Amino acid sequence: MIGFSDITKWIHDSLSSALSPGWVLASEFVLAGIAVILIVVVLVVVMIYMERKVAGFMQLRLGPHRVGPWGTMQVFADVFKLLLKESFAPNSVDKFLFNLAPILVLAVSFMALAPISWAPGLQLWDMNIGILYITAVSSIGVIGILMAGWSSNNKYSLLGAMRSGAQIVSYELSAGLSIVAVIAMCGSLSVHDIIMSQADGWWIFKGHLPILFAFIVYVIAGTAEVNRAPFDLAEAESELTAGYHTEYSGMQFGMFYLTEYINMVVIAMIGSTVFLGGWMPFHIYGFDAFNGVMDYIPSFVWFFGKIFMIIFFMMWFRWTFPRLRIDQLLKLEWKYLLPLSIVNVVIVAFITVMKWHF
Amino acid sequence: MKSLFQYLKEVFLGFYSLWTGLKLTLYYFTHPRKEIITEQYPENRTTTINIPERFAGEVILPHDENNKHKCTACTLCEMACPNGSIKIISVQEESEDGKKKRVLDKWIYNLGMCTFCGQCIDACPQDAIIMKNSFELSVYNRNDLVKTLNKPGSKLKEKE
Repeated sequence: MIGFSDITKWIHDSLSSALSPGWVLASEFVLAGIAVILIVVVLVVVMIYMERKVAGFMQLRLGPHRVGPWGTMQVFADVFKLLLKESFAPNSVDKFLFNLAPILVLAVSFMALAPISWAPGLQLWDMNIGILYITAVSSIGVIGILMAGWSSNNKYSLLGAMRSGAQIVSYELSAGLSIVAVIAMCGSLSVHDIIMSQADGWWIFKGHLPILFAFIVYVIAGTAEVNRAPFDLAEAESELTAGYHTEYSGMQFGMFYLTEYINMVVIAMIGSTVFLGGWMPFHIYGFDAFNGVMDYIPSFVWFFGKIFMIIFFMMWFRWTFPRLRIDQLLKLEWKYLLPLSIVNVVIVAFITVMKWHF
Repeated sequence: MKSLFQYLKEVFLGFYSLWTGLKLTLYYFTHPRKEIITEQYPENRTTTINIPERFAGEVILPHDENNKHKCTACTLCEMACPNGSIKIISVQEESEDGKKKRVLDKWIYNLGMCTFCGQCIDACPQDAIIMKNSFELSVYNRNDLVKTLNKPGSKLKEKE
């Protein structure tokens, strides 16, 4: 059976035979970048279609169903419309920051994809602080949002951006603490090591109730970090028109839209890597025949299945819950999620020291 | 200790109420055939379309099988109508014992000016007029919108 490491090795060998080592590295950077962008864009297209169908079914509607078979061409029609529109900047905006903001937001969300392990042997950058890197980089995105809100010279945009800042500063804490719970049990920050430590069972099952609780907190905090309903105060359409991207049009708006979905993918990828074993099939310690059967399902099916499960959770939340007020949002974080997460981390540390986890 | 118990109770009750909402939307998501209420209008107008009985469409004056209606020509509906889309024309009629009585001659309804507010229905003391659930009301000639609702030769229904 051909693995992904064989394919990457074949590409490396054929490039090495034709080019000098420096050019091999440069062309591999470009190839890997294009491959990741392509995968992510395909994922986003699937997600936008899925979101509209899920929203439709949950609201007793049909969703898009006129353009193409079952409305599958609707996303392409919308992207084409955005590409044809003018990227218009109003007179009194700060032109430089206004045009920089969508690019910055998009670049940051792509940066967070670097240490993700897609399949066995298919990882762009296996660094020893992978998870720390992702949590650090994914919170830079808020600078782009603040930039967009400030440069728009519009009170609604500024309010939305400020809310987004307050929200991400708050929810980074509990998202980080819930990941720390797994890091403490596993003992490594490297994405590869975390996945390999789940070969005899995923952490959500091996880590007893504290890790299950950490997973719930992670999904809540992750939803808040990507500014999605019920935490979409940054773009609350009924009070702030569209929040920080009110003044954007055309493909600049499209970039913000794309970023929202890429951030969702990143959150789902970290969640599935840390709690649900990444590309690792469902294994139970001691059941060798069962584990063998599970190994026949390809690893990318497992990985994308888990990603889409978490994404479905986030969509399910979005189309069920009403939006929180800003004081309720901060109360939820500082009075409930953060204290409970800290207690949870203490319990996890105790379990780890006593070696009660499997 | 009691406040800690109260705090944890709040957390669990919060999760329980969230789960109640999630359960409902999951039910809607997993039963699309049964629950979706969207009408695919132009395609299903002759087949599966379902217009609710109480949908407020055009005003009609129902007649029974003996060609009798319930309108006494009191003109309360005409006065209630905010747009002046109702015109009641009545005639004086003398019965056999010499009593003079006002009888409906023409119940003229201008559909083009009607906003379907239903105030004429509320004003009618006899419940003579109702709103039908028909909604495909467009015509090619504006004069076709002015309708006479009482059928020719129709009479007032006697009280039982």
